[in-house]
Amino acid sequence: MSDITNGIVQAIDLIITLDPEVMQIAVLSLYISLSATIIAALIAIPAGALIHFNDFSGKRAVIILIQTLYSVPTVVVGLVLYLLISKSGPLGFIGLLFTPQGMILGQTVLIIPIMIGLVISALRGIDRGISDTLVSLGATQFQMIIEIVREARFAILSAVVLGFGRAIAEVGVAMMIGGNIRDHTRVLTTAITLETGMGNFALSIALGIILLVIALIVVVILNLITSALSSDMQQIAGGGPHG
Amino acid sequence: MIRIEKLTRAFGAKEALRDVTLEIRRGEIFTLIGPSGSGKSTLIRLIDLLDSPSSGKIFFDGADTAGPEKDRLAIRRRMSMVFQKPAVLNTTVAENVAFGLKFRGVPAKEAEEKVNFSLNLVGLADLYRRKAVTLSGGEMQRVALARAMVTEPEVLLLDEPTANLDPVSSEMIEDLIVRINKRFGTTIVMSTHDMLQGQRLADRIGVIMDGLLAQVGSSSEILYQPKGRQIARFVGIDAITGGQVIENTGGHALIRVGETCFEALTDIPGGKWVSLCIRPEDVTLIPSDSVSEKTSMRNRIVGRIKKIVPSGPFVRVTVDCGFPLIALITRRSCTDLGLSPGSLVIAGVKATAIHVLQEDGDRNAAG
Repeated sequence: MSDITNGIVQAIDLIITLDPEVMQIAVLSLYISLSATIIAALIAIPAGALIHFNDFSGKRAVIILIQTLYSVPTVVVGLVLYLLISKSGPLGFIGLLFTPQGMILGQTVLIIPIMIGLVISALRGIDRGISDTLVSLGATQFQMIIEIVREARFAILSAVVLGFGRAIAEVGVAMMIGGNIRDHTRVLTTAITLETGMGNFALSIALGIILLVIALIVVVILNLITSALSSDMQQIAGGGPHG
Repeated sequence: MIRIEKLTRAFGAKEALRDVTLEIRRGEIFTLIGPSGSGKSTLIRLIDLLDSPSSGKIFFDGADTAGPEKDRLAIRRRMSMVFQKPAVLNTTVAENVAFGLKFRGVPAKEAEEKVNFSLNLVGLADLYRRKAVTLSGGEMQRVALARAMVTEPEVLLLDEPTANLDPVSSEMIEDLIVRINKRFGTTIVMSTHDMLQGQRLADRIGVIMDGLLAQVGSSSEILYQPKGRQIARFVGIDAITGGQVIENTGGHALIRVGETCFEALTDIPGGKWVSLCIRPEDVTLIPSDSVSEKTSMRNRIVGRIKKIVPSGPFVRVTVDCGFPLIALITRRSCTDLGLSPGSLVIAGVKATAIHVLQEDGDRNAAG
C-alpha cells in the first residue's frame, strides 16, 4: 500500500519538477504512439470505407480475418517485425531495428486491424436510408462516402482512440523492436517493466500515472477535434438566414 | 416525361415488379397506390435510378437511363426523392437542406439563398440553425421536402411520404405537394397505401398489386370501375361473387345471385358468370315494413342485419341477403331507422351503382 501512495507522491513530484529523464521518456512515448495512431488512422479510415462500400467475394472472410487480428499478441507483431527488419532480415538494410521509427512501424501494424474493424462497424451503423438519401440528392459515389464517414465521425473517433490506447499501452513491440535503450528508445511501458524488475515500485507507479495523464490529454484533444469538425460543417452550410 | 417499358425487378427468385409499362406525363401528379409490399417503393427507387431493373427500360425525357453511371448521375440530378422514413444527417437543418447544392458545386452565397427560399416554402425558415435530429417527424419530413426542392427538380418522387405522420402533419405535406406542383409545374410521382390520399392529390392513379400494374386511370375510374376484385377490395368495395347474367337487352342486364335478381348496366352477355361491385355508400336501407315508400330503386332485397360497426360519423351495416351486402350510412339515419342486429331491412341499390366484373379467369377483360 505504501508503494502506491509513495508512487503517487513521486509522480506528482516528477511532474512538478519536470524531471528531465522522465519528461524525455514521456515525450518519446507520446511521439511514437501518436505517430503510429495518425499513420494507422490515415490508412484504416480509407481502407475501412473501401471494404464497407464495395461488395466483393470474400468480404466476410476479410472482415473475420481483421477481427481475428484484434487479438494478435504484441510480442508476435514484435517477433515478426524483428525477423523482417533485423540486420539479416529482408528489410534489414533500412536500419529500423532499435529506432523510434521502427517502433512507430510496429505499433502502426499492431493497431491497424482494430481501427479498420471498428471503422467498418462505425460505417455499418449509419442507416441505409442516409446513403440512399445522399445518392438521391445527386451525390457521386465519392461524395456519398465522404458524407457517410463524416456522419460516423463519433464512432470513428472511438476507433482512433482505442487504437491510440492500444499503442501507448503496449510493451511487446516497444521492447523487441525498440530495445529499451536509455535516451533513445525507452518509453513509459518499457521503463515501467525495467524499474519494476529493479524493485523501484514507486517510480513504476509514477510512470504509470504519467502514462494515464498523457492518455487523458490525448483523448480530450481528439474529442475537441471531432466536435470542431461538427461546427465546421455548420459554417460550410452558410452564415445564417437573412432577417 | 418518364416512360417505363416492360419493367421487371427480381430479388432472388421473387419478382417485386413484373412487366410494368407506364407513362408519366410532364407536370402531372401521379400516385401509385397498392397494399404494403406490392412493389410501389421498388418502382419509385427504379425511377430515381437508385436501383437497376432486371429487365425492361426506363426513359427519362426520351433518354434511355440504362447508360453509364456518369449519365445516370446527370439524369438523377434532374429528379429528387422524399423517402417514407425521413433520414436527416446529424447537423443543422440548413446544411441538411444544402446537400443537393453542395454535391452540384453551387457557390455558398447562392446556396444560402436557395436554402432560405426552400425552407420558407415549407414554412420552417426559423429552424435554419436547429440540429436536424431534434425535429419532430412531421418537421423532418418537411425538411426532407425542402431538401428535395432546393435543387429545383423536374420530377419529384415521394415514397409514402406521410405513412409515418400524424393527420395534421400529413395534411400539411399533402398541401405542400399540391402547391409545389401548381407553382413550379414539377412532375410528381407519389406512392401511398392510402386510397383516399391518392384520390385527393392525383391527376391519375396507378394501382399496383403483387408487382403488377393492375390499372391506370383517373380516381373516379379506379373508385367506381375497378378492373378486378382485388382492386375493388383495395378501393373499399366488397364484391359479391357468384352471379350469372340471365339476359342482357342493350346493355341492361338481369343478373341472378342466389335467389335474388339484380338489374345492372353492363355489356356482358347472358350466361356469363360475374361479380358485382357495389360501393357501401351506394346501398340504402329502409325499414322492412315501409313497403309503400316509393323510391327509384329497382334492386330491393330483404335481408337481416348481421352486424353494425361504427366508422367515424358513419356505421357499416352488414345485411345478410343470402350473401353479405354492406351499407355505409350515417349514425343519425341508423338511429332514425332503429336498426339493430337481427332486425329485417330492405336494402336497395341503383342499377347504375353496380359495377359488373366478368368472372372467366381473365379479370382484366371486364369493366
